[in-house]
Amino acid sequence: MQKSSRLAIYALIELAADPERQVSVSEIGEKYRVSAHHLAKVMHTLGRAGLVRSIRGVGGGYSFSGNARRTTLLDVINLFEDMSSDCKLTDRDAATAAEWALFDVSCEINDIARATLGSITLSTMLKQIERHKKSAMARTSESEMA
Amino acid sequence: MSEKQSGSGGTPARKAITRRAEAADLEAVAALDERVTGAAKPGYWQDIFERYATRRLDERFFLVAEAPAAKSKGPILGFIVGEVRGWEFGSEPCGWIFAFSVEPGTREQGIGETLFQAISERFRAAGISTMRTMVARQNQLHMAFFRSEGMMAGPYLQLEKELDD
Repeated sequence: MQKSSRLAIYALIELAADPERQVSVSEIGEKYRVSAHHLAKVMHTLGRAGLVRSIRGVGGGYSFSGNARRTTLLDVINLFEDMSSDCKLTDRDAATAAEWALFDVSCEINDIARATLGSITLSTMLKQIERHKKSAMARTSESEMA
Repeated sequence: MSEKQSGSGGTPARKAITRRAEAADLEAVAALDERVTGAAKPGYWQDIFERYATRRLDERFFLVAEAPAAKSKGPILGFIVGEVRGWEFGSEPCGWIFAFSVEPGTREQGIGETLFQAISERFRAAGISTMRTMVARQNQLHMAFFRSEGMMAGPYLQLEKELDD
């Protein structure tokens, strides 16, 4: 997964956690340790896709404007990269048996990746984050009691 | 199997109750499955009922969801079927879900989640700590639903081979 895709997912998770909240690019950039310049480009793409809304002025920034239960990780990734690029055979007529065999394996991996990413919505990611937080809190409590 | 994703995020909660399937539910279950999958398989459902609703009930669960207000038997809103299986593929005993459906007109009302939670509780009560299912890669609705319930890829991969003539 390319860096832009990862940043877009982080930004959307940040915004979708509280759709009423407005978050600045620099705030997200600091949290995920990325340059505001790169993130601004990513946010622009997300805005064109209707997933975020830009709010100008003091206290402005971005807010989430998509549907967290309908937007999958694959939807987001597709805005930035072509995931099927690993599963292409440039010259089918000249391809050797070995190239065909590796093509088959690449397509198998690609199919599984697409199915996985296409089934995980932003809403599911938010739930998963909550589970991680609960597990971390439980581990902390256990270690404090030990 | 058929179900749209449900869960958090503004799902309008519909009050549904779950109970074990009874013989009188069989026709409605088979009809729901036929509406959703487009394939009628009454013999299959008769067999599933006999195996999962009448024997070894401490580890086999054929549950249906219905509206709680129904004074007599209300319409079946969905069903889920699973059982405890142990030692297949070298696995410790775990709970398998192998059939699941929600009435298309009542989706996104939390019925699928109610069924999922109900069978989770039954598995937990049977001493099971892991649940599994299998979903077609193209079935994004089911994939999304089970993901939203916290299911993730497990330690096994399903493999298959076309048999030559």
